[in-house]
Amino acid sequence: MTTLVAPELDRALRALPQTCRLCGAQYPPAPEAVCGECLGPLEPSYDPDRALPDAATISTRPHTLWRYREWLPFEGDPVLSLDSGFTPLVESPRLARALGVARLWLKNDAVSHPSLSFKDRVVASALNAARALGLETVGCASTGNLANAVAAQAARAGLSAWIFIPYDLELGKVVGTAVFGPRLVRVRGTYDDVNRLCAQAADRYGWGLVNINLRGYYGEGSKTVAFEICEQLGWRTPTAVVAPMAGGSLVTKLDKGFAEFVKAGLVSGPAPRLFGAQASGCAPIVRLVESGGDQLEPVVPDTIARSIAIGNPADGRFAAEAIRRTGGWVAAVPDPEIVAGIRLLAETSGIFTETAGGATVAGALTLARAGRLRPDDEVVLCITGNGLKTVEALQGALPESPVIAPRLRELEALYGRDL
Amino acid sequence: MAVTFSLPTVLARLADGQSTIEANGTTLGDVVAQIADRFPALAPRLRDPDGGPYPFVTFYLNDEDIRFQNGFATPVAEGDEITVVAAIAGG
Repeated sequence: MTTLVAPELDRALRALPQTCRLCGAQYPPAPEAVCGECLGPLEPSYDPDRALPDAATISTRPHTLWRYREWLPFEGDPVLSLDSGFTPLVESPRLARALGVARLWLKNDAVSHPSLSFKDRVVASALNAARALGLETVGCASTGNLANAVAAQAARAGLSAWIFIPYDLELGKVVGTAVFGPRLVRVRGTYDDVNRLCAQAADRYGWGLVNINLRGYYGEGSKTVAFEICEQLGWRTPTAVVAPMAGGSLVTKLDKGFAEFVKAGLVSGPAPRLFGAQASGCAPIVRLVESGGDQLEPVVPDTIARSIAIGNPADGRFAAEAIRRTGGWVAAVPDPEIVAGIRLLAETSGIFTETAGGATVAGALTLARAGRLRPDDEVVLCITGNGLKTVEALQGALPESPVIAPRLRELEALYGRDL
Repeated sequence: MAVTFSLPTVLARLADGQSTIEANGTTLGDVVAQIADRFPALAPRLRDPDGGPYPFVTFYLNDEDIRFQNGFATPVAEGDEITVVAAIAGG
């Protein structure tokens, strides 16, 4: 006897088809990210007539990124990484005063589950795509945070993982990947060299490399940062959002996420102005915005901010376009200011971020001093990773801690006048 | 100068399925022009209407991105390996 299942009851996970962002060519669901017609990037195609939930319905769902599943690139129910997302949005009056803005919040993905960076979001989406597409091996090219996220989530899912990183990454990021037992390969070269190798490996071996041939599905996970900001502010938008830029995908997806919630009528207020921060030693997107041109010039990175050291950013043009269109701007900050940004965030807000977060805070200060962030602005800073991963950046930057014997008089000799 | 020209699968489909092609030229632009002549369907994927590379297609001469050299005017030497990568990812 045949069992008939009504379409609306068929909850098996399926990846959406994709469409070329440049020429509009359409493709069935597949681990492919490049258009065969024009070589442009592919993006998931959502049914414009699909049923969307209202705010009240979303509010009843579990506190994970899947509460926004109608805006993620699947039909049916996700099966992997079901508990990532919905990180805290923390108001910081002291940092707001330091910047001279009306209010300021920190989107704190430094405590993202399970690997302490916003990459948990994109990997949650990519691994469900891998499962939907029947892939058994996943992987990535990474500056560190993505390596941690893929290794952790693949281990939990029982998927084989090949992780490629530059050979000289920070120890915390190497250990924080290796501990999950992937095939971890350290490549002599920059991130851009690693990326090239991975593009060739994905092409040859048919693996699901999350930020290469699963990139269309992967990137959509970043939209949930925007969705959560809106909901956590009480279903409204901030006036400005500052994010770090590496490949440029986060800014691009923030733009898309805010636009989708505005279009769905879920939030009051217009989409925010988007601002991007890079390290001065690797600022190709900043230079593109400042030049007003449309051709990105790649650079060879030279910065302590390894997690955003991408000299040839794939989404750089799209990020620059989103920043210009929304009325935002960019800032490039030298390494000492990145370290100062890490300390300022910690000392004003109680959050320890890695170098990318330091660049975001320092970039926000630069933008505020230049008048790009205004006194009446309500600002959200995207803190995308945890400082324990890049403690090397703070070597020599913090005061020495004295060592004493366990005797009160030694303590008083140190601090007597203050006691 | 005889060189080896490697294509990703998405482009090899337009070159009779060949992912590695032997070609000749004194500059990268010469090599690309020769391959474009041999595989007309591939030609518009390798060069934009002005004859330059597309932003989404990266050419590597041995291990070096040609944008850090002289683009299609970069000289090639006997035995060089040219690799084409579509849509470098990131992040």
